[in-house]
Amino acid sequence: MPISRADVQHVARLARLALTDEELDRFQSQLSLILDEAEKVKRLPTGGVPPTSHPLPRVNVWRDDTVGPCLTREEALSTAPEVEQDRFMVPRIIEEGA
Amino acid sequence: MSTSGAGVPLAGLTAGELAERFARGETTAVEVTGAALDRIRATDDLLHAFLTVTDEQALADARAVDEARRRGEPLGPLAGAPLALKDVLVTKGTRTTAGSRILEEFRPPYDATVVARLRRAGVIVVGKTNMDEFAMGSSTENSGFGPTRNPWDPTRVPGGSSGGSAAAVAAGQATLGIGTDTGGSIRQPASLCGIVGVKPTYGLVSRYGLIAFASSLDQVGPLARDVRGAATLLEAIAGHDPRDSTSIPEVPADLTSGLERGVEGMRIGRVAELFPSEGTEPGVLARVNEAVDRLERLGARVEDCSLPSFEYALSAYYLIAPAEASSNLARYDGVRWGLRVKDATDVVDMMQRTRENGFGAEVKRRIMLGTYALSAGYYDAYYGQAQRVRTLVLRDLERAFERFDLLVGPTTPTVAFPLGARVDDPLSMYLSDVFTVPVNLAGNAAVSVPAGLSEGLPVGLQLIAPALGEATMLRAAWAFEQDLGFAERPREIIVDDRVQIAPNGDSPGAIKEVRP
Repeated sequence: MPISRADVQHVARLARLALTDEELDRFQSQLSLILDEAEKVKRLPTGGVPPTSHPLPRVNVWRDDTVGPCLTREEALSTAPEVEQDRFMVPRIIEEGA
Repeated sequence: MSTSGAGVPLAGLTAGELAERFARGETTAVEVTGAALDRIRATDDLLHAFLTVTDEQALADARAVDEARRRGEPLGPLAGAPLALKDVLVTKGTRTTAGSRILEEFRPPYDATVVARLRRAGVIVVGKTNMDEFAMGSSTENSGFGPTRNPWDPTRVPGGSSGGSAAAVAAGQATLGIGTDTGGSIRQPASLCGIVGVKPTYGLVSRYGLIAFASSLDQVGPLARDVRGAATLLEAIAGHDPRDSTSIPEVPADLTSGLERGVEGMRIGRVAELFPSEGTEPGVLARVNEAVDRLERLGARVEDCSLPSFEYALSAYYLIAPAEASSNLARYDGVRWGLRVKDATDVVDMMQRTRENGFGAEVKRRIMLGTYALSAGYYDAYYGQAQRVRTLVLRDLERAFERFDLLVGPTTPTVAFPLGARVDDPLSMYLSDVFTVPVNLAGNAAVSVPAGLSEGLPVGLQLIAPALGEATMLRAAWAFEQDLGFAERPREIIVDDRVQIAPNGDSPGAIKEVRP
């Protein structure tokens, strides 16, 4: 398999997904199958071919720096699971005493 | 055939037929909207095309259109037409889920530009439609809220990811639909549901307020019962938007006034890679080959051509799209919107468990795949290589469009497949997109138009145009549609005041077993 269980665990950590053991097993085999399929892209000789990141290339899309209507603070916060003092509230980030 | 259910005569019309009736004063927007809502009530227990039905707002909007018409105000050609909106475009104050449990209670504080343009055109949004979660899928089975069923045979999928909008239009729940197409998500469900679906040139339609899946591929587009309806709807939603930096400044061409000019003298390339020797159903090949002959009889010059890079497009797509998705979906972290698990020990624990609980299997799979393809040591081998394939596809298409006005092939290799047939086998599901993804990689335009039936189920013909070639493409699609005269509709029966749809080839009695 092109991808090990440790790889899957590592990627899950990077992607902030608390996967179950059963999911880790399933994704290891499914991602391996998909990556096997991607081998033909990986092996394709593409020397000298530049990458395309965007189908219709645009460079430096500018607009006038004018003030327009925007969301109020209340509107912007209206979708948040938890709000305190007009701010998005999150659980503790820094260890106590740190 | 769909004349048995309440309100079908109105809800089953094309946008053009509806406009004629409004002009003659034979019906009103309120009456048509009411008919669409009746139809949804009668059929959606079975089909599940809608996640949210916005009946009160729709009737209020319809009343406003009727009043404007009475006052003699100038109204657009779609004013009063009921539309099914894919639940991936944000609507102010109306729940918008993207088919995901993580956004189950999300009420956006603003409207997408497409939604604002629809309202300005007097289009009546009757509801938000079901879809594969975050538009990742080809069957609508990846919805966090249960699958949509195909109105032609409710034991089969409607395609995806815009399966709800396609099923709604096919079943006469709405006259028009809006979908999004990242790898075929408008064209493939249009094909499977026997309607017209357009993937416009990248940048022609604003993505402001579109919940992002793969930003360099996503494009909003129309679904309709006929080519003229799709062209009129595309005109209504297209155009530059300063709020989307990828929106193109070119003024969209007039897409409707030249529709009837025919295909005489048009040069059409039959793409060898879209007619592979294996994997495509014989019934699909037969309908598409007949369609190519028909275009030739109508005066087009058809020649064979080869675009070798198409063979690599699917694999490249399934690296690029997940990579962009893994980045776009990082925002669902339980902080600014959507689900948040309770009793987290710290912020990372909260994010990891929120995402684990809120996302479905396919979304997790693609986030994992994309994160892997972008991670240190693999970036160039996978993502970089996929981007080089993208260049090869662009070059092949550029070369082909030196010789041809349009390219032609099937939209998808099979007719609608049974629910459950592919959902646990990601690779076989991904193959549904094999003929549609090259266009997304290259950013040009394509349309799927009904080409007849195979085994009682619709087959779609795909016409591919260069970037901003929509006018020529729709002209050919219109000529084909008119000459074929495809008028088949799903078969229906009525049980307990509910419209039901007879499964393909089975006796109507079998329907009860598939009721949800």
